[in-house]
Amino acid sequence: MDANDIKISPHFWLRRLHSLSGVFPIGAFLLEHMFSNALIIKGPAAYNEQIAFLSGLPYVIWLEIFFIYLPILFHAFYGFYVMFTGKSNLIWYPYPANWMYFLQRASGVITFVYVFYHFYHTRGVNLLYGTEVSFARMQELMKNPAIFWFYIVGLLAVMFHFANGLWGFFISWGITIGPKSRAVSGVLCAGLGITLFVVGVNSLIHLIP
Amino acid sequence: MEKKTVVVKIKRQEALEAKPHWEEYHIPYRPYLNVILLLQEIRKNPKTFDGTPTSPVAWESSCLEEVCGICTMVINGRVRQACSTLVDEIGMNVTIEPMRKFPVQRDLVVDRSFLFETLKRVKAWSPIDGTHNLGPGPRIASEEQQENYWLSRCFSCGCCLDVCPQVNDRSDFIGAMAINQVKMFNAHPIGKGLAKERLRSLMAEGGIEDCGNAQNCVKACPKEIPLVNSIAKINREITLNLLDLLKK
Repeated sequence: MDANDIKISPHFWLRRLHSLSGVFPIGAFLLEHMFSNALIIKGPAAYNEQIAFLSGLPYVIWLEIFFIYLPILFHAFYGFYVMFTGKSNLIWYPYPANWMYFLQRASGVITFVYVFYHFYHTRGVNLLYGTEVSFARMQELMKNPAIFWFYIVGLLAVMFHFANGLWGFFISWGITIGPKSRAVSGVLCAGLGITLFVVGVNSLIHLIP
Repeated sequence: MEKKTVVVKIKRQEALEAKPHWEEYHIPYRPYLNVILLLQEIRKNPKTFDGTPTSPVAWESSCLEEVCGICTMVINGRVRQACSTLVDEIGMNVTIEPMRKFPVQRDLVVDRSFLFETLKRVKAWSPIDGTHNLGPGPRIASEEQQENYWLSRCFSCGCCLDVCPQVNDRSDFIGAMAINQVKMFNAHPIGKGLAKERLRSLMAEGGIEDCGNAQNCVKACPKEIPLVNSIAKINREITLNLLDLLKK
């Protein structure tokens, strides 16, 4: 029998694409997004200027569709399918990596809800009603402590999902094949996740007058 | 001195698909009891703790020294071999259940033919059958021997599948055991002959992509096989082979 006779499952490609899409473009977008948000600490003018710059990019709607919306929708819905194929057994085996397996899925669900809400209030309203998204609008939203804390929880879920997902990405693509390299990548991924979370929280705090 | 008693609770099941029920037995303690000895005591005198006669518990065992894997069962919630589980180590309350991911045939006897199917799926053998003498095999460097020897200690007990959250009725996941065999045979100079086929078999339905990275397998393996390393190594081999798929 020839090796080529063995049929490759579509799920093989989808799962690899799922893993890749989390890093690029979604992870790359996340970095850009956190950097742009950080301009909040430079004051309203700098932040509004950045919004104007980003929304003034050529082909901006296509960039959004192909590098943000479609990858996130694919990652989310295929992620739900992946979640469905597993059955957590933390009760019997409460090992650290098994916790990570569970939390990766839990944080994915929280992220889905959070990102949908966040998208609606910061982009959806603009597309639907032409509401201007600016420093002032974000400040208005953050005045409500419920929204502020929801953002903190959402941010935490996003950063955990990204950092732990990146750690898993290095295993799924065969980059970290030994315990030492996995420990090093664990420290680096955790460091990146914590840094992005702190940067995000700092931006949110600067929105409170 | 007061006589000590080991309280044994066993999840029993008459036949395939039958409804399971629990029975309790009291066994006098003595030092060095393992779970197999407890089961033998119950077989000698099949009565529950209150003296009600019952059928002897069915279980399987063979080597009694943790190299055959047949007496694998869930003891105090954790899947392991009954022969190497000592009462002195786990305490006076012992709960025994059949493995969770395989069809229960009777009491603690499960049908693990799925494991053999996975080995066939990945062609876990070296292709040396022929009509003529193939001569002596190639030399293997000592370092490689050491590494592969460790992987070869697998005795197909099924613990790695039993603890895997991705092995269940909603997925066809092949499990860590077969992936480890691919790692081992693909590193062998003769086994290498089927390397591409093995990699492709892990890209088929229920292949390596179903791994969820929970890493319970490596914790559960009684032979301490670095299963996560094997999975990551095969992921690397597949990644490096991805471009080959375009050459047709």
